[in-house]
Amino acid sequence: MPASSKPLPFPPAERRDFLGLLAASTGAVGAAALAWPMLDSMNPAKDVLALASIEVDLSPMEVGQSITVKWRGKPVFIRYRSEEEIQQAERTDWQSLRDPQSDAERVKNSAFIVVVGICTHLGCVPLGQKDTSERGAYGGWFCPCHGSYYDGSGRARQGPAPKNLVVPPYDFIDDTTIRIG
Amino acid sequence: MSKNPPPLFRNPVVRWLDERLPLFSMLRKEYIDYPTPRNVNYFWSFGAIATLMLLLMIATGLMLAMQYTPHVDMAFSSVQRIMRDVNYGWLLRTIHMNGASMFFFAVYIHLYRGMYYGSYKKPRELLWILGVLIFLLMMATAFTGYVLPWGQMSYWAATVITNLFSAIPWIGEDIVQFLWGGFSVDNPTLNRFFVLHFLLPFVIVAVVVLHVAALHVPGSNNPDGIEVKSKRDTLPFHPYITSKDSLALIVFGIGYAVIVFYAPNYLNHPDNAIPANPLSTPEHIVPEWYFLPFYAILRAIPNKLLGVIALFGGVAILFFLPFLDRSKVRSCRYRPLYRWFLWLFVVDAVFLGWLGSKPAEEPYILWARLATAYYFGFFLVITPVLGIVERPRPLPVSISEPVLKTASRPRAS
Repeated sequence: MPASSKPLPFPPAERRDFLGLLAASTGAVGAAALAWPMLDSMNPAKDVLALASIEVDLSPMEVGQSITVKWRGKPVFIRYRSEEEIQQAERTDWQSLRDPQSDAERVKNSAFIVVVGICTHLGCVPLGQKDTSERGAYGGWFCPCHGSYYDGSGRARQGPAPKNLVVPPYDFIDDTTIRIG
Repeated sequence: MSKNPPPLFRNPVVRWLDERLPLFSMLRKEYIDYPTPRNVNYFWSFGAIATLMLLLMIATGLMLAMQYTPHVDMAFSSVQRIMRDVNYGWLLRTIHMNGASMFFFAVYIHLYRGMYYGSYKKPRELLWILGVLIFLLMMATAFTGYVLPWGQMSYWAATVITNLFSAIPWIGEDIVQFLWGGFSVDNPTLNRFFVLHFLLPFVIVAVVVLHVAALHVPGSNNPDGIEVKSKRDTLPFHPYITSKDSLALIVFGIGYAVIVFYAPNYLNHPDNAIPANPLSTPEHIVPEWYFLPFYAILRAIPNKLLGVIALFGGVAILFFLPFLDRSKVRSCRYRPLYRWFLWLFVVDAVFLGWLGSKPAEEPYILWARLATAYYFGFFLVITPVLGIVERPRPLPVSISEPVLKTASRPRAS
């Protein structure tokens, strides 16, 4: 290009430009349509979703005992609470908690607390299922990873956990058997 | 380009190839003739060391991948088989496992070198940003690799780190299930982590190529942080820098070999010798040492979302360093104030690392909060402010000037 000549101004938009844009956007839609199946293939598969319910017989449990069952690859804590523990959970001033929930909202039968044993902070399994393990100041569970404390109703009381321990969907199918999921 | 470039290569085969695909010319230009400032010190060897670590990790990793089984029922025992039955499997795995630590060690020094001598400043901002990108990719690679032996620490590292994404409001839970391919860390997770751990190193190689290409446009920085003014300021890369880097590599390799042969599990956690158990978290889980400062930042903040933001922010803030530092003087040699704050930053980062290895209780939490405040304060307050108020010392006229002055002294007497 000679040094004196000015750069040409952009030509005005034409029908040909529109066709070009149309072709490019069709290609983009096509690429997105292919990207979705690829991404969605990484989501939980049907066989994973199918393994989603278990039944647990609570009749052998004694007062004060805790058991852990596996549901969807996660531990579920079931604790047969003593009268004293129930009283304590119900008397808590729950409106002031970080994730306010009454004990009644979190149980089907107040003797049994059923929660997913996954700390709501970063997913560790809290301690407290054994009689000898540390339960923290609130008598529920204690997560040693980053120091979260839960009470006897599985509610977050202290430490970084933002939410209460999750109550899984479950039902009593008779007096002593529950189905989780 | 001149019309008749002189034939660079005497060998007719090489010349024939090079005229059609100028690979030899390119290698000669970038790795033999490449003019390097004559005052670079041994800190400049860590780029070469890191590159060789990357290649070593890929080579040993390929061999290990041929023996490893990415399945929850077999992963742990396939790693034990590598250690016991596969010919030299113990050696390959020990080199690979400790290689991650050595790679991070080299990269941390390389990164600090860039900070101390202002290698991130104009015109090398993009070079720095590509470097931080490599660091980020390394973190993802190291994390996915750590999960593969499927011990207790592997499993719970995978759980805790993927759960970081659950802090994202509204869609966090869905993202985590997407990452897992299920409702917890399980076989789909292990399988895809293996694929990612295999893939990402090659992505790193690609970014390293860009990193080196971006380096060779303005050329290397140097301890004085001043521009190359004449040919007297530089030396050809080969044999001067190659021999210097080789010596550094030998010393580095000796330290590496001592760990591999005499303390192969020193940096490992005993809990990872227990197969993964989704129903029981180890009492005290900590990440590998190279993640500890960021882990301490995470734990210093009592709110989950803010903690996760601070953790990622601790890495992401490095991207912005070229724009936070407004000082025109690159090298800390001529920045009497910034130098001390930068050294304090190093002490702070090491202190955070130590705190990250401690349990989440007082007084460590309070200290971690103070150290986190300095970490971010250094980037967001001290660096921009000192760039304006600091009075730098006078810069030398050229790179060669102090050298030639010393050389001429005996003659003058």
